[in-house]
Amino acid sequence: MPDVVVIGAGIVGAACAYYAARAGLDVVVVDRGAVAGGTTGAGEGNVLVSDKEPGPELDLALLSNRLWRDLASSGPGDGFEFESKGGLVVAETGEVLGALTSLAAKQRLEHTVVASGELGDYEPHLTEDLAGGVFYPQDAQVQPMLAAARLIRQGAERFGHSALMLRTGVTVTGFVRDGDRVTGVTTDQGDILAGAVVNAAGTWGGEIAALAGVHVPVLPRRGFILVTEPLERPLIRHKVYTAAYVTDVASDSEGLETSAVVEGTPAGPVLIGASRERVGFDRTVSIPVLERLAAQAVALFPALAERRVIRAYCGFRPYCPDHLPVIGEDPRAPGLYHACGHEGAGIGLAPATGHLIAQALIDDHLDLDLRPFRPDRFTKEDSR
Amino acid sequence: MRPVPVCPVPARVGSGERPMKPIYDLAVVGAGPAGVAGALTASLAGLSVVLVDAGARPGGQYFRHPPAGFHAENPGALHHGLDGFMRQWETLRGRADVLLHHRVWAVERAGGAMTVRCLEGDREERPRTVTARRLLIATGAHDRPVPFPGWDLPGVLTAGGAQALLKGDLVVAGRRVVVAGTGPFLLPVAAGLADAGAEVLGVHEANGRFGLAGHPLLAAGKAGEALGYGARLARHRVPYHGRQAVIAAHGDPGGTALTHVTVARLNSGWRPIATRTVECDTLAYGYGFVPQLDLPVQLGCATRHDVDGSPVVAVDAGLRTSVPGVYAAGESTGVGGAVLAEVEGRIAGRAAAADLGRRVPLDPALSRRRDRLAAFARALQSAYPVRPGWMRWLRDDTLICRCEEVPLSAVREAQELGAVDARSVKLLARPGMGWCQGRICGYAVACLAGEDPTAPRRPIAQPIRLGDLAASTRPPSD
Repeated sequence: MPDVVVIGAGIVGAACAYYAARAGLDVVVVDRGAVAGGTTGAGEGNVLVSDKEPGPELDLALLSNRLWRDLASSGPGDGFEFESKGGLVVAETGEVLGALTSLAAKQRLEHTVVASGELGDYEPHLTEDLAGGVFYPQDAQVQPMLAAARLIRQGAERFGHSALMLRTGVTVTGFVRDGDRVTGVTTDQGDILAGAVVNAAGTWGGEIAALAGVHVPVLPRRGFILVTEPLERPLIRHKVYTAAYVTDVASDSEGLETSAVVEGTPAGPVLIGASRERVGFDRTVSIPVLERLAAQAVALFPALAERRVIRAYCGFRPYCPDHLPVIGEDPRAPGLYHACGHEGAGIGLAPATGHLIAQALIDDHLDLDLRPFRPDRFTKEDSR
Repeated sequence: MRPVPVCPVPARVGSGERPMKPIYDLAVVGAGPAGVAGALTASLAGLSVVLVDAGARPGGQYFRHPPAGFHAENPGALHHGLDGFMRQWETLRGRADVLLHHRVWAVERAGGAMTVRCLEGDREERPRTVTARRLLIATGAHDRPVPFPGWDLPGVLTAGGAQALLKGDLVVAGRRVVVAGTGPFLLPVAAGLADAGAEVLGVHEANGRFGLAGHPLLAAGKAGEALGYGARLARHRVPYHGRQAVIAAHGDPGGTALTHVTVARLNSGWRPIATRTVECDTLAYGYGFVPQLDLPVQLGCATRHDVDGSPVVAVDAGLRTSVPGVYAAGESTGVGGAVLAEVEGRIAGRAAAADLGRRVPLDPALSRRRDRLAAFARALQSAYPVRPGWMRWLRDDTLICRCEEVPLSAVREAQELGAVDARSVKLLARPGMGWCQGRICGYAVACLAGEDPTAPRRPIAQPIRLGDLAASTRPPSD
């Protein structure tokens, strides 16, 4: 019998499994599909600190940023394209630049305010029509699908194949209970009993919670990403995004929001995000969204106008009404731990989430106060 | 022999002769047999029609023909039914707007109208938008290659590619040619190459040897067609081998040219039993066709799996898809050849006209003809399946995805890491992420992942410049 069942083989589930196995627990990861088949496989691989307002999410992001660097410099770092490239946030107007620099001061992050005339030193192809920006050296990028797969693989190789097992194609259908206590999961391939269960089902985390009779309002927010042809020479050195991205991330708007996030990848293509829409799980292509993403990217990097987009994809970011993830044991269903609802920041926040879940599982001292992320913080009205 | 001129067709017809309409009754995508028949039928029934095609000339893959100025000694030898098709085309040009050289990168449906987003031209391409009340998708199919060691060598090309060179450019692909794969399409390819002067060293059909006399074409009353190919191959002394395949291609040390191929005798599951070497400079091979579903999938049309496992658009007896106002005809509803495609185009054109309130008399004979041809197509697919043994032809270093240069070993590594389906193999190992978006390798990756291919999601069906995408909402300048 394993100590822990982790539901979901995305980046968050992989990190929970990795750190729990490292803490000495025996872990089974189950996923109804493949590894990294959900939102992890439909993102950009952002490991950002720059876009977080001061507060619990920034604390989580900073812890996670440090852990990503540890992972990248130790074993699992091989083969998931971790790049500590830094992020450049740019402002179109002086007013926005003022807001941006005052945010940077409040964040207490390593940063450099970049004047309009010096932006070219960071990004030679950037438009000159900008008021300035802020450079954050800690922002980074990973290839998220490989990161999830390799965390699970390397965890098994380092801590033992019986300590970390991956079972794909297994659908969780319910929970095994002992009174209130969760003591395992029922699946389409039989029950798996365990000391604890971690809900790392991402955008589908609310559905898993409902199987345990608890309310966790995780909802989908659709995001499209454009992918260009591979470029012979890198055109873009850092993660470059407009200051509007920060306000969009925290927005409660129902409608479409787009703010350019542009970056190169080691494989050659440029990735262009990020749109945010609340349309449920609808995959129908929205051409106006793609057009707006393209227009914003070209506005930032005029040289991109001649480059071809060869594909586009969309994914569903799991968001909670207060835009904070859900992390920790559920007092309404002891033994059930949630690790979901990370919205568009799941890749960046995964290691800290996994690390803290592992500390909670072995009742260790927590490196971070989990109360802001507690699962029972929502009211019924939050479910929309 | 007397040179026969091929009829001249200007590269772009229609918009120069009359102004584009703000909204048409019917937009048709694809100027092959299905699209042209559908457009003509609808226009004869009184609809205003616009036809869009990526090619410089009509005909699609089947009625591919040379541009004006080129001369085929005997175009009839290259085509069945080209004359009839060109007559339809000439009639259509007088009645409908025709936009050649327009690649469609997206279709949308909003407020009861369909918007077809195109890129006009090749080098100086520019965005252009066509709007219509109804949409007929007749985008055909493309070759279905399976990978094998050496398939990326120069001199190795798909059967459809060899045929396209011959029909479209009157270019014979090579001097010493081997034809291999499965399906009846290998016969016209081999016959066409032999007629055009290539030395066709053999046709290697991986499925059972029907012999030409027992060929399924005969069973369907297509004796004339089968015997015609048979006679042509016999005249050129081209041997036809069943249960054989080319399982590897080999080049000179620099990898610049094909020098020989390994031909294997196969068991019923396509595992090689014995091999021999054949020296050649060209290999034309094909393992059937993949219907092009980019546009119907963009619109959310329901799909189904055909007899051979390929995803195809699900349609009713009037060729209506599950999305109101959207019709599909030809290979996208199931691979069945040019004659079936034309019949389907006519049915779809009639249905579109009837659905828009035009008086269209019933034609039960047309539907019966479709049923008969479709049943035959299903029988052919059953007679020429792709057997799993081809996966044993691969080596660890055989490229599965040529765009992203992904070898078999990388696919296997992704599977070890927990990729249990084609999509997650793509996410971890990148096959299908390059220029062709998995059109070439999609089938192979699905087989390697142990599943039937799924309908591809390509929100952007053709590469488009970011600047054009950013500007594509603007109205066309003319």
